[in-house]
Amino acid sequence: MEPTLEDALANIDTLWVFVAGTLVLFMQAGFLLLEVGFSRMKNAGTVVAKVLANLSIAALCYWAVGFALAFGATKAPAAGETAGWFAGNAGFFLNDLDKLQLPAMSFSKADSAAKFFFQFAFCAVSLAIVWGTTLERIKFGAYLAYAVLFSAVIYPIISHWIFGGGWLQVNFGMQDFAGSTVIHLLGATGALAALLHLGPRLGKYGRDGKPNVIPGHSMPLVGLGVIILLIGWMGFNPGSTLGVADGRFAEVAIVTMIGAAAGGLAAMATIWRVTRSFDIGMTGNGVIAGLVAITAPSGYVEFWAALPIGAIAGVIVVVCVIAIDRKIDDPIGALSSHGAAGIWGTLACGIFTSPRLAELNAVGDGGLLYTGSFGQLGAQALGVVAAFAAVFSVSYLAFWAIKKTIGLRVTEEEEHDGLDIVEHGMWGYPEQFMPIPGSVYQPAASERAARSAEKSRAAAVALRSATPSTQEN
Amino acid sequence: MQKIEAIIRAEALQDVQDALDALGVSGLSVSEVMGCGRQKGYTESYRGSRANISLRPKVKVESVVPDEVVERAVDAIASAAHTGRAGDGRVFVLPVSHAVRISSGERGEDSVRHEQPAGWGH
Repeated sequence: MEPTLEDALANIDTLWVFVAGTLVLFMQAGFLLLEVGFSRMKNAGTVVAKVLANLSIAALCYWAVGFALAFGATKAPAAGETAGWFAGNAGFFLNDLDKLQLPAMSFSKADSAAKFFFQFAFCAVSLAIVWGTTLERIKFGAYLAYAVLFSAVIYPIISHWIFGGGWLQVNFGMQDFAGSTVIHLLGATGALAALLHLGPRLGKYGRDGKPNVIPGHSMPLVGLGVIILLIGWMGFNPGSTLGVADGRFAEVAIVTMIGAAAGGLAAMATIWRVTRSFDIGMTGNGVIAGLVAITAPSGYVEFWAALPIGAIAGVIVVVCVIAIDRKIDDPIGALSSHGAAGIWGTLACGIFTSPRLAELNAVGDGGLLYTGSFGQLGAQALGVVAAFAAVFSVSYLAFWAIKKTIGLRVTEEEEHDGLDIVEHGMWGYPEQFMPIPGSVYQPAASERAARSAEKSRAAAVALRSATPSTQEN
Repeated sequence: MQKIEAIIRAEALQDVQDALDALGVSGLSVSEVMGCGRQKGYTESYRGSRANISLRPKVKVESVVPDEVVERAVDAIASAAHTGRAGDGRVFVLPVSHAVRISSGERGEDSVRHEQPAGWGH
């Protein structure tokens, strides 16, 4: 049969969804560099092992169970019905992928396999966010245990509520275009639960209870991480169109870029007001916060609205980082840039959503500014509270169980030595810590002999030329 | 006038520095050193191969103090750096024959005497 124009358009959508998924996958490199840069040198290598392990666990769990719970259905629901209010129920191990119904993504003609790939990359990002608070003191085994639970159960079920046609999306019209709540608040909520069980790094709080500064070892790596995340976000938000129709994806990209820019500048200005310095790490946090906040509204707001949404996120992140640091130890500011900014971004839909875009996406209504009604804001707030409460309670129990069984935190001595050597048997930066054979140039025996002959000849010459002047004195 | 050389754990440095400051020690120098003692080395593994590392990283604190301060300074270091485990380090005391403070030209013990704690880092 001749391929039709419709087939060709569907194939273009498939290609875009795959490219966007690949960009989202690239965000793993961004998280890796961000966390390495915000750690001390003795804890740099462990981040590499963790990111690789988590990404692999997320891939297998999301393929086996996660995607089915998040999106799978045996038949398309009728209008006004949810696709299972609590969770999806078909497509385990992607069985019968051709026949699988994905009602929440049926507006896109892209291939189901591409949709799976894109959604898996989202799950992996959310999981990566969990660990930002736990740097430099957590046991490696805890990563593995919680990663399975998170990518197989926690993330898929909550994302079903908001992305997959579950109760928050269908019954309440909660808007979250690309996941300020689903990806970022979820990850940050897991991070908070982990942190409360884990406690601060040794030396973080002095005997007087005041926080000490434990600076990360590489701001260039932090900057590279932020830029890579920014590029990845161009798959994250614009890709959530799941297609190329009308160039909507490019408009979403512009909204995203404006949000990021406003977040970075607002954070820089805010921290300048506080400390009179153009803080490097805080500017990076501001860009991330702007991106996180614009994630939910990116498909629902006009260009101009991205500016206040991003800028307010930039202020929020600075205030939260400073306030949180007084009491609990969050080394990269994940609670502020993903948690607080994620909440703000989700609520921002209730204020700034333009009615024409709500109609285009067929979820919820216009925001407070357009309609004068608090209805949408209420739906957004409900979504935030429901997602936070569900993820926090399950995660708090999970980390408690991990603490009681395999243990959550390394010993004091191990923490001093660093996780690289303790958990992985090797430093991330070996030459910083150990004398390495071969790091000093050792000439071959024959070369050594030739050199020493050359040296004694030169010494003899120097002695001869020096002798007359000694006599003159 | 004596020179105190203390080899200590890196994480004890701030406490040792604060303790010496409280005594009014006029200055100190710190360097990162590698060394071995009663604390065992450790084994590293790298992509399947193993390496035994006998030298561990430590911090060396050096300070020249007037005779009347030596005993108190040594006690202060020994208690600030103490955990009771192998690897806490050692303190050595050496005689110093002469000293000059370059900025003022002061010589001898006066150049290493200091009346008030400087409040390093506070």
